[in-house]
Amino acid sequence: MISRLLVANRGEIARRIIRTCDALGIETVAVYSDADATARHVVEATVAVRLPGTASADTYLRADLLLGAARSAGADAVHPGYGFLSESPEFAAAVLDAGLTWVGPPPSAMAAMASKLEAKKRMAAVGVPVLAELEPSRVTDADLPLLVKASAGGGGRGMRVVRTLDGLDEVVASARREAESAFGDPAVFCEPYVERGRHIEVQVLADLHGTVWALGERDCSVQRRHQKVLEETPSPVVTPDLRSALCEAAVAAAAAVGYVGAGTVEFLLAPDGGFHFLEMNTRLQVEHPVTECVYGLDLVALQLSVAEGVALPLDPPPARGHAIEARLYAEDPASGWTPQTGLLRTFSLEERAVLSDRPFVRVDAGVVSGDVVTPHYDPMLAKVVAWAPTREAALRTLAAALAGARLHGPVTNRDLLVRVLRHPEFVAGAADTGFLAAHEEVLAPLADAGAVELSALAAALAASAARRATARTLAGLPAGWRNVLSQAARATYEGPHGEVTVSYRPSPHEVLSATPDEVVLLVDGVRETFSVARHGDDVWVDSARGAVALRFADPLAVPPPATEPGSLLAPMPGTVVRVAVAEGQAVARGELVCVLEAMKMEHPVTAPADGVVRRLPVFAGAQVEAGALLAVVESSEE
Amino acid sequence: MTVLSSTFDPADPTAVANRAHLLERLSQLDAEHAAAIAGGGERYVERHHRRGKLLARERIEALLDRDSPFLEFSPLAAWGSDYPVGASVVTGVGVVEGVECVLSANDPTVRGGASNPWTLRKSLRAMEIARENRLPLISLVESGGADLPSQAEIFIPGGQIFRDLTRLSAAGIPTIAVVFGNSTAGGAYVPGMSDHVVMVRERAKVFLGGPPLVKMATGEESDDESLGGAEMHARTSGLADHLAEDEYDALRITRRIVARLHHRKQGPGPSEPADAPRYPAEDLLGLAPADLRMPFDPREVLARICDGSRFDEVKRLYGPSLVTGWASIHGYPVGVLANARGVLFGAEAQKATQFIELANVADVPLLFLQNTTGYMVGRDYEQAGIIKHGAMMINAVANSRVPHLTVNLGASYGAGNYGMCGRAYGPRFLFTWPNAKSAVMGPAQLAGVLSIVARQAAEAKGRPYDEDGDAAMRSMVEQQIEAQSLAPFLSGRLYDDGVIDPRDTRTVLGMCLSAVHTGPIEGARGYGVFRM
Repeated sequence: MISRLLVANRGEIARRIIRTCDALGIETVAVYSDADATARHVVEATVAVRLPGTASADTYLRADLLLGAARSAGADAVHPGYGFLSESPEFAAAVLDAGLTWVGPPPSAMAAMASKLEAKKRMAAVGVPVLAELEPSRVTDADLPLLVKASAGGGGRGMRVVRTLDGLDEVVASARREAESAFGDPAVFCEPYVERGRHIEVQVLADLHGTVWALGERDCSVQRRHQKVLEETPSPVVTPDLRSALCEAAVAAAAAVGYVGAGTVEFLLAPDGGFHFLEMNTRLQVEHPVTECVYGLDLVALQLSVAEGVALPLDPPPARGHAIEARLYAEDPASGWTPQTGLLRTFSLEERAVLSDRPFVRVDAGVVSGDVVTPHYDPMLAKVVAWAPTREAALRTLAAALAGARLHGPVTNRDLLVRVLRHPEFVAGAADTGFLAAHEEVLAPLADAGAVELSALAAALAASAARRATARTLAGLPAGWRNVLSQAARATYEGPHGEVTVSYRPSPHEVLSATPDEVVLLVDGVRETFSVARHGDDVWVDSARGAVALRFADPLAVPPPATEPGSLLAPMPGTVVRVAVAEGQAVARGELVCVLEAMKMEHPVTAPADGVVRRLPVFAGAQVEAGALLAVVESSEE
Repeated sequence: MTVLSSTFDPADPTAVANRAHLLERLSQLDAEHAAAIAGGGERYVERHHRRGKLLARERIEALLDRDSPFLEFSPLAAWGSDYPVGASVVTGVGVVEGVECVLSANDPTVRGGASNPWTLRKSLRAMEIARENRLPLISLVESGGADLPSQAEIFIPGGQIFRDLTRLSAAGIPTIAVVFGNSTAGGAYVPGMSDHVVMVRERAKVFLGGPPLVKMATGEESDDESLGGAEMHARTSGLADHLAEDEYDALRITRRIVARLHHRKQGPGPSEPADAPRYPAEDLLGLAPADLRMPFDPREVLARICDGSRFDEVKRLYGPSLVTGWASIHGYPVGVLANARGVLFGAEAQKATQFIELANVADVPLLFLQNTTGYMVGRDYEQAGIIKHGAMMINAVANSRVPHLTVNLGASYGAGNYGMCGRAYGPRFLFTWPNAKSAVMGPAQLAGVLSIVARQAAEAKGRPYDEDGDAAMRSMVEQQIEAQSLAPFLSGRLYDDGVIDPRDTRTVLGMCLSAVHTGPIEGARGYGVFRM
């Protein structure tokens, strides 16, 4: 019996595990880095133990500290969540050695799957189809395109597609660096890259008594940079026959390593219908809720039962309906998916309760309004899951939930998610892993230029109402009254498409009402409501036309210090991992100047024009804030 | 508490005619305002903008608290004169960092912002408003100095600008000069006499004598920047307290200066509920008489400008040609004197005198709503002492110390203009409806008087009277007096602070009342000898 569980994780998965524990009457022990001192998982756990420091390597990746925490807080079991040490056989062994219950597979099974290279060999041996392995030094043009992959870890880190042989060495080196940094293991390997493949995975759950469930497949084909964006079950392309084959292979894979607990066997489904084993994730998967939704199961509760030695029924319950999950990230899809950080003022996404066959929405969030998204960890804010009797309804429900969310803070991928969910190709079930790369149109914000203009008008009217409401003098007089009217009242905002200036008095549309947080306009005979949230100069306008983030351009703002022409500024806070040029060096447009690592992703900073590096105030290892000067490239172009 | 009930019917033919007449007057007024706004015209405005400069009104708009109201004074100044309408300066009262200030901005598109005699009068009036109401004065300076051809009318009286600036300062009323461009010769004393000075880098030019004059006077070779640049004044002479990067920066700094004045109102704040009137302001267009011979009930106006249409009348049954009573506007209590039937008789004059004394004892500001043809004439009235009674009222008005606000709703003739606190009686603010007129008497009466006098002179000399000549004379005089009685003419001469849309009356009075409460509100405790 588990009575007090240490959750060796953070963010949404820690909260999700705590939620199940609360329902089961199990006390919880949270751990937290200094950056997470006020995070929700800390508040929601029964007790919490500080892990001094901020970097993952100093905190959530420190097995010794976690075991110390379990000891001092009196935990009798450890759940690793996903990521961090969840797939570390050494950590699992250390937990067991400490006499604690490990909520996960046996270390031997984890070790067998830890190296993707080894795992592939083992799977091939039991007849599970795998892709050929290629030696980087021996690949030829005939092998192209190929995929460079980190042997350890997951989540797309250290993964690169290679289409030409030149530069392969640099790609391999970069992948190694990223793998080393993310997983502490620089091993990478190459395999053929299957174009237009689909990512299909099977959820398995095995008990200590020899029962292995295969809980159907999940289709995670829509990916960006090899990271899943949308996950659904069932897959729109998997036939009952294929499902049986996949499930059979998954069960075989699990059995081959003596698997116990929840795990996921990932396959690549080629356009020809053939599938290949990719890897097995020996842990709970980010996207496990879609499986929970269609089977009506709580996988974390089942993990705990299995860890307690309880036998699973022989067969899982039947699946019903369709579930789809979207990963809501603080990232900007339109600018290379760069992670975004900062204060998340409002995070409001309505859950819809389970009620018979009515579609429902489940939100597994790591954050609440008022949290700060830091650059230290994964920028995922929440997983939003919709279930409905049919796929179409589930897609529509999820799109509506996301579109209606109020997200005031760092830029998110919300609009992209909504666009994909409404994209005809995705709706038709035809999206493969190349979908996002092939459909740039989904990168566009939901709000078009007209929506931005109306939102700016609403923002200006709301700001005016707020100023009038708080005016110390002449507050009762009509706003902006003039006996001699010489000009319209205007306001300029920085918007998603650049500056937008609106005249708000007189307003181009009839104003039905305007309060500091809601403006109702009559637009071409249609009554439209805009909710407006203002924080200093930042404004968020939510409406049926899409969310618009604006920044008031105050003509009376303190003039900013001038930036030297040719300045390259850090797009986000991070660490300079490599400097590729020297001061005084001539560079060509697009040439690499330095590499900034933030949130475990490498961001190349390149020369904006042909020219000469005039200043280079950074060095490898330098920590930089967003907007910090990295280099000045004096252009020699006309 | 008494709530006025209106019997006004907007569909009444007179109301419809009044409304049509007034809308026409308002469109003429808009056209005149447009001329003032246009300043020096498209070419000069375009040139000014091209130089990266803001127009006078753009500077004001950027300086004011966003969405706060602004009441511009005398936009028609110089109307009917040889000088452009508006008199190349924009003045008014508005809110900066929550503080009501008087703003005075040169219009550099009109002859380089040079001052003509009307500019001078308008500027001095703005300073008078600042002084009387203890409102900080912000001068947005860009002026080429005196308009040289008219120097004879400006140079000597113009010294008052600098005298009044420093007197404002001495009275504890802050003065701020923001220099955007030329401010030379005499103009240099505007920043020179102000408490706070902001100059815009590479734009402000403040010196007593420019390079040519210096060369002529002493033979010294010099340039603008070393004689009077913003940077020089900020670093070397110390005349500038703040060096601004550009115009917006200057306005930003100015707002910070005002914020740090911690200027406090000395009068009480609004003390009554400031709910809207029960009747629409729109009706005022139908109420304002096109034909001034048609009297109208001023209670109908009060029902559309007073808080909640509440009005507690005093002496309703005595001297009914004048309505007196208590009300509030935007929460500020006021005592109201309003002409009801044009003519002021002895009873009305005595009633007014008593009411003015009551307001002074209670420290309540007075609102005069003018629509008077003057004091009654005739044997019976003279013998009953109409002069004494009129004098009592004028005495009371002249020596009253509570702030007075005057609105001319229609007619303002004869000594009625004086008794009802016309310009000469120093109301803190005076505004005119577009249909209103003011003169010593009506044009026909005046022409008739002249005709009678001429006829008597001819008869005395035994000469035949030239009837044709008389008719021509009467017509000419009538036309001239009519023209000189009209609102734009009077406003052009600064006999009021502006012609307003009747629908704005409540708003204008609300702003004025708030402004006057920036100073103390203390009534007179003694008067001149009343001739009983």
